[in-house]
This record gives sequence, C-alpha cells and structure tokens, in this order.
Amino acid sequence: MIEIKNVSKWYGSFQVLKDCSTHVSKGEVVVVCGPSGSGKSTLIKCVNGLEAIQQGEILVNTTKVNDPKTNLPKLRSHVGMVFQHFELFPHLSITDNLCLAQVEVLGRGKEEAREKGLALLDRVGLKAHADKFPGQLSGGQQQRVAIARALAMGPYCMLFDEPTSALDPEMINEVLDVMVELAQEGMTMMVVTHEMGFARKVANRVIFMDQGQIIEDTTKEEFFGSPRSERAQQFLSKILHHCN
Amino acid sequence: MEFNSLIDALPALLEGLQVTLKLMVMAVMGGIVIGTMLALFRLSNNRILSLSASVYVGYFRSIPLLLVISWFYFLVPMIIEWMTGKPEPVGPFISSLVAFTMFEAAYYCEILRAGIQSIPKGQVSAAYALGMNYRQTMRLVILPQAFRKMAPLLLQQSIILFQDTALVYAVGLMDFLNTARSRGDITGELPLFLLSAGAVYFVISFTASRVVMHLQKKLAIAQAH
Repeated sequence: MIEIKNVSKWYGSFQVLKDCSTHVSKGEVVVVCGPSGSGKSTLIKCVNGLEAIQQGEILVNTTKVNDPKTNLPKLRSHVGMVFQHFELFPHLSITDNLCLAQVEVLGRGKEEAREKGLALLDRVGLKAHADKFPGQLSGGQQQRVAIARALAMGPYCMLFDEPTSALDPEMINEVLDVMVELAQEGMTMMVVTHEMGFARKVANRVIFMDQGQIIEDTTKEEFFGSPRSERAQQFLSKILHHCN
Repeated sequence: MEFNSLIDALPALLEGLQVTLKLMVMAVMGGIVIGTMLALFRLSNNRILSLSASVYVGYFRSIPLLLVISWFYFLVPMIIEWMTGKPEPVGPFISSLVAFTMFEAAYYCEILRAGIQSIPKGQVSAAYALGMNYRQTMRLVILPQAFRKMAPLLLQQSIILFQDTALVYAVGLMDFLNTARSRGDITGELPLFLLSAGAVYFVISFTASRVVMHLQKKLAIAQAH
C-alpha cells in the first residue's frame, strides 16, 4: 500500500531524512516512534506529498508521490491524515467540516455528504455536537471529529501525525479508542506516536527513528521483546518509565 | 430664512450624497477584490508575481491620492481611446472610481496579506491533505478566516475611503461635499452648508466606527473561546 524507498530529504544543507526505506502493507498498522527531531513527522508528511523529497521514491497504491505528473490532490483525497493540532476549520460547523471536502473534492451531493458525515460522527460518539463549532469542543472531541472528517473521504489508508501529543492526559484514551477500533476493522494505518500502549495493542510493526534514520523496523513482538539498538532501548526505557 | 435655502437644496444634496456613497461602495468592493488578488500574488512562490505585486503596492502607498485621482481623469480616456481606437469621454465618476479602486487595493492588499499570514500553516496542510487544490484551499479555508479576522481593519479602511471621496472635487465630480459647496456659494450661505455637510460626514463615519468597535469586541470574545 505504502512503499518508501531510499528516501532522503534536506532543509537547506541540513539532512532531515537519511536513506529511509520501509513499507506498509494493506491492513497493516505501523507505528513510527523516536525522539523529537528524529524526522518521524517529516517522513509521514512525505507520504502524501505535504513535504517534498529530494531523493528516493514513495509509492502509495502504486502511484508515485514524488512524480511531477502525479495528481497530488487526487491522491491525497484517498489518503486520510490526522494532525497533532487537529486542524479543524474553525469558521465552519462540525457538520460543514465533515462535508466540505466530500462536496468540493469528491463532488458528492450535499445530502449524501451530510449523511455520511453524520454517520461517522455518530461512530466517534459525537453526534450530539453536529451543529457546534470546533472552538466549542474539547481537544479530544476535536481530534475525534478530525478522524471522522478524514474517514468521510473513504480513504484507503490513514496517516496519523502525533494525534494525541497535544491533548490533555484525560482525553488521550478517547482518541486512542477510536484508533484501536479502526485498526481492528482492518484499516491500513501509519501512526507517528509515543503511545506505546497503542503500539502494543494493535501495531503489526514498529519503526524506530533517530536523527533522520530508521534504526529499527521490526514486528511488535521483537521490538518490545528485544530491541536491538541501544538508542531504541534507551528511548523505550524512558517512555515506559513515564507510562508507569 | 437660512434653513429654507438648505431645504430647497435638499434634493441636490441627496443626489450628491448618493454619488458619494455609490463611489465608496463600488470602490470598496473593487478594492477588496483586487486587493485580495494582490495579496495572493505577494504571498505566491512565483517571484515575478510577488515582485510585481509588491512594486504595485509600494508605489500606490507612496503617492498622494489626489494625484492619482487627477491622473486617472486624464489617463482613463486615453487608455480607452488606445484600446478601442476612438475617443470616449468617460466623465469624472468612472475615472474617480478607477482611481479609488486602484489606490485602495494597495491598502486592502496589506491588510489581507497580514490576515492570510495570521492563519496557522496547519490549516493549509489540512486542506491539502483532504485533496483540495490551491484555489479551493484559499477560497474555502484560508480567505474566509482571514476576512473574518481582518473585518474591523477592512471596515476602518473603508471609513477612511469614505472621507477621502471628498477629494473628487479636484476633477469636478458633484459628490456630496462639492454639491454643498456650490449650493452654499449660490445662496451666499456657504458656512451653513459646510457645517451641515460636516455634520453628515461626522454622523456616518462616527456610526460606522462604533460598529467597528463593537465588531472588534465581538471578535475578541469569539477568539477567546
């Protein structure tokens, strides 16, 4: 589904991604973790072309992302993305947030878009808030709406860029629950997160990044059992220590 | 006795006021449309677009409005003649409208540019991630937010424009003030006419600026939520 081959990226002379290669197969959940500044957010933003790459190749469903001839808007309309700071459109009601891209990008009718949007809103447990504005919802609720908004486009895979790191602790679980459910239904997901509980529960593979490189790329069992690199071990012990 | 002359002149004065308001409303609308385009050009990655927009804005902000009005009075008929091949007297209203629109566009541009830049980058990413192209992103997500945020400043600029419309006396357009002045001259009661005109400008501008203040407060509350 997602193929990342020998990808490198520079900001000026600073190399943020160094020869990264990995893949996400259909129905697979891959968690990307690593210390801040390791390039994990940059990597996931390259997958739908929000960030350009200078070397290598990224394929999403056999479409080459870094090809000037690729219709990026069309590709992105089928790749859901959830952001750290939710990024709901504050001037639109929750319903309009859910419908806007369905109508404008996919060309769906207003009624159909509304029905689909409200069904997904119900699914994330927020049907009662349909007529509110984003500013009236808590962070956790906004993020659940953001997930519903992405799902309304009928994506064939979902990208999550630190979906819980801007949330107050008591709201993290309501978002993770939605994500777990999604994973269990077979959605293909690439998730940048520090939530190791989530990784343990639903991830198929865990990727560990440091200084722009992929250090580990293994199954969940191996990652939590016997991390091979020392850097990952250190990172894990810090994270897990905090979790306790 | 004195007030009788004012009442007699009322139809002419109302007509003048209509010219003033028409000029203002049309110039505000045209100025905002062109100003929005200029702002998008200035923020564009295309060097030529952003450079030409910033030269335009820098230029019009550096010359007196009165000069622009007089210029376009001569320039607009010339351009029309050059384009259509035959001389076409357009009159002071059209040439003033073009002058105000072009001049104010430079100021609206700067307000809107600040507005667009104040919207978090993540909003653009989110719109792109949903499959929107640049036009959709601007039209549906960024500009509506920028306009909302900048509404008080846009209105403030429009009030200034309203007062500046009086400058059209330079090209002989019979706007509100010019009508009042000429009527005052004819009846020999110029002070009365000018004082009355002042009162009208004051009431309109003052009311509008109270609306702006109210709007500002409301926006501040909305943003605090």
